[in-house]
Amino acid sequence: MSAAAVTSESDPRISVRGLTMAYGSFVVMRDLDFDIMPRDIFVIMGGSGCGKSTLMRHLIGLREPAAGTIEYDGRDFTNADPAARAEMIRRFGVMYQSGALWSSLTLAENIALPLEEHTRLPAATIREIVAYKLALVGLSGFEDYYPSEISGGMNKRAGIARAMALDPDILFLDEPGAGLDPLSSRRLDDLILRLRDALGSTIVIVTHELASIFAVANNSVFLDTNTRTLGATGDPVNLREHAEAPVVRDFLNRGESGGDD
Amino acid sequence: MRPPASFVTDDLGSFDSTLPAFLLPILRRDGGEAARHAVETLPDELRGLMQLALAVPDREETRGNHEKTHHIGRIGNITLAAWGAFLALSEFLGETLCSLGRLLTGRARFRTRDFLITLQQCGADALPIVSLISFLIGMIMAFVGNVQLANFGASIYIADLVAIAMVRELGVMMTAIILSGRTGAAFAAQLGSMNANEEIDALRSFGFNPFDFLVLPRVLALLVMMPILTVYANIVGILGGMFVGTAVGIPPALYWHGTLDSINLLTSSLGVFKSFFFGAVIALSGCMQGMNSGGSSAAVGRATTRAVVISITAIIILDSAFAAIFTVLDI
Repeated sequence: MSAAAVTSESDPRISVRGLTMAYGSFVVMRDLDFDIMPRDIFVIMGGSGCGKSTLMRHLIGLREPAAGTIEYDGRDFTNADPAARAEMIRRFGVMYQSGALWSSLTLAENIALPLEEHTRLPAATIREIVAYKLALVGLSGFEDYYPSEISGGMNKRAGIARAMALDPDILFLDEPGAGLDPLSSRRLDDLILRLRDALGSTIVIVTHELASIFAVANNSVFLDTNTRTLGATGDPVNLREHAEAPVVRDFLNRGESGGDD
Repeated sequence: MRPPASFVTDDLGSFDSTLPAFLLPILRRDGGEAARHAVETLPDELRGLMQLALAVPDREETRGNHEKTHHIGRIGNITLAAWGAFLALSEFLGETLCSLGRLLTGRARFRTRDFLITLQQCGADALPIVSLISFLIGMIMAFVGNVQLANFGASIYIADLVAIAMVRELGVMMTAIILSGRTGAAFAAQLGSMNANEEIDALRSFGFNPFDFLVLPRVLALLVMMPILTVYANIVGILGGMFVGTAVGIPPALYWHGTLDSINLLTSSLGVFKSFFFGAVIALSGCMQGMNSGGSSAAVGRATTRAVVISITAIIILDSAFAAIFTVLDI
């Protein structure tokens, strides 16, 4: 749907260079360097409060880096002028931790709003797309419910449906599995994999749910709270056994064995 | 230096959390190897609890962060906070003006339905309370005026008193205060909880400008509704005065005539003129407090309180300034 930039599959979709994140004088993470390739399912992991969500907020432009740059398809995002930036943001779909559905709108209106704003589709088509997106996340029939009338897990899934509304090139999901029961969480992992395969989206997930990490991710970064920088990058399955930093192996093995091989 | 602790627990029966709470500082004091050794002398269930409590070392340095600041430091903090508030206000006003500019050039986008709903909420829904307050204010003015004017046999001038007071000051003032409490507070609470729930971030990341989308319809709605409600409040207040006037023996027709004689188009437009400014103040302080509130429910509560306090204070100050200006201009 969006005018995807012409890039080869071997160029990174997102490049983070020397990124330092800070709240005032308090540095959350410094000197982050990593690439996210097209069609990656990329996990940002780390302990609670280490700055995972903050990193995502930097990637989608809600916070400005204290230092360093973020590039999309080789184009500077951090220093782009507002128009170029708005164009890049239009290629994102974002699901926030709480779902962040607009509380004054019904689920259907929540998903329809970005479509009405950014496309010229007729109302009937938009209704069909809304019904389809809700069906994808298992919420058929809840079109006319308000976010306050459904459970937290349903809010989250509706948030994912909204994030997918515009068939984004890059989908950001902040803790999609947290607070879901094991079956829904599993369904969600399937959904993520299928979306990547069917639409070719790049998916960036903030999470610390090990089961999901191993099920979906093919690349990752680990943010280390103690050193305040990258603990490791790479395929989490690989990192579980071979990460150099013990803290990464501990994390991926829930602190059981693995740390002393 | 006291020797490291060891424990004799032969007579230990059942216990609750007071025991481990008592032991923890002792073990912390010893620290390291000595503490580990002392824990070994405890019975199983107690040992498990103590090991759990000692597993992560006490982080002394994190305590300092919430220490009380020195008095002079506090003055500095207050000054910095005031400066920060000023910057936030300038930024907010600037953003709103840009937003208005985009509206005038036809590039601002918001949902017409939001605008209409806000119009209804701050206009039509406020009619009962505005009616009640204005009617009572008109009655009070008439009562109090009559007590004095009756002494001179000049009760007929109640009509003038009520009419002039309502259209110049009280109609617009009461409406503004009601809307501060009703609508300004509602704006701050709505936007504040949207902020806490990341809904405003979500708007941004879908390419909507939150100022166009949220602030603009609210400011416009109040700019439309404030003058209308003010005119309405003026009329209802005058009717309230007429009600009392009739009760003390002034024929309604005479009262009406007195009212019409006492005001002209210029005087009655003064209140309406002020109502635009008051409406803008209410909408801006409500929206600004909401948009800038923190992420917790306590922060939303604070934002709501501040919105009402700031807008009522600003309205009274503005009204004094207008009174001074109108006096100088002799109108």
